[in-house]
Amino acid sequence: MKAIAAIALAALFAAPAGAATTTGDPARGKEIYDRCLACHALAYNRTGPKHCGLFGRRAGSVPDFEYSPAMAHSKIVWNAKTLDRFLTNPTRMVPGTAMGYAGIPDPQERADLIAWLRQAGSSEECRR
Amino acid sequence: MIVRVDPFSALRTLNRRRFLTGTGAMLSAGTVALLAGRPALAANYGKKQTDMSEDVRILNTALGAELEAIAAYGVGAASGLLQKPVLDLAVQFQGQHKEHADVLASTVKKLGGKPVEAKSHYDFPTDKLKTQNDVLSFAAGLEKGAVSAYLGAVPLFQDRDLAKAAASILGDEAMHWAVLRQALGDNPVPTAFVA
Repeated sequence: MKAIAAIALAALFAAPAGAATTTGDPARGKEIYDRCLACHALAYNRTGPKHCGLFGRRAGSVPDFEYSPAMAHSKIVWNAKTLDRFLTNPTRMVPGTAMGYAGIPDPQERADLIAWLRQAGSSEECRR
Repeated sequence: MIVRVDPFSALRTLNRRRFLTGTGAMLSAGTVALLAGRPALAANYGKKQTDMSEDVRILNTALGAELEAIAAYGVGAASGLLQKPVLDLAVQFQGQHKEHADVLASTVKKLGGKPVEAKSHYDFPTDKLKTQNDVLSFAAGLEKGAVSAYLGAVPLFQDRDLAKAAASILGDEAMHWAVLRQALGDNPVPTAFVA
């Protein structure tokens, strides 16, 4: 009985079978990133924080950017897995985040976007 | 004839409705529920109160983006790169973003929130803006992003009138995007759906 409960709990809290396990296409991800351009840019802060240096960065740590308290205290470190969870449903993963966006339900689209964000991190724009 | 509409007109009675179904009534109903020995119901009312603050947070994020768009169009209009009638178009779109910002700010206030203010400085990729088409492409990117941002916000609103009002702004941003694409010589409506 305990084993069944443990399996059920594990299934309940498992990360979505999305970008963390799906191969992403950065070229498609660049197109998907267009959806982010009302608030984000790679190299500078806007309504949302810049994305250069995203991988391995602790959430809420970009200097000179005013985060929501929820994001600032989230203790998230951004990687493919955490980005996949966040992009699936930002307000569910970080209730109180200022990113009032319903999310990207398609795992392939998330994988593509994450692949592009990773690639863009080493672009000339981010190396400046 | 174009009839001007106020997408937030349904929210003019917001304060009153909020009192009836929102914070004021919630607190008293929550108190009643607690007195009646039903803490779960009281907790539910408390949750509803939090939901309204989520709507305010979404509105404030949208307001921040609108204020940046106003500044961006200001940079474009002052760049000397835009020729009439494109310049007139940019000024018109900037004016509509101002209308969006005004109504978002007043709605945040009505809901008891503090509207975000315009930043003293915005970063724009001005080093990449060398021609009229550069400016138009930059603006088109912002407008396309705005469409996606509102599309992503609409399903999150607890208040359906707010969702409807945000969808109204989305429609305006989509028209901006289409007109800018047309001015660039691109297909103004490249797909049947937006994402």
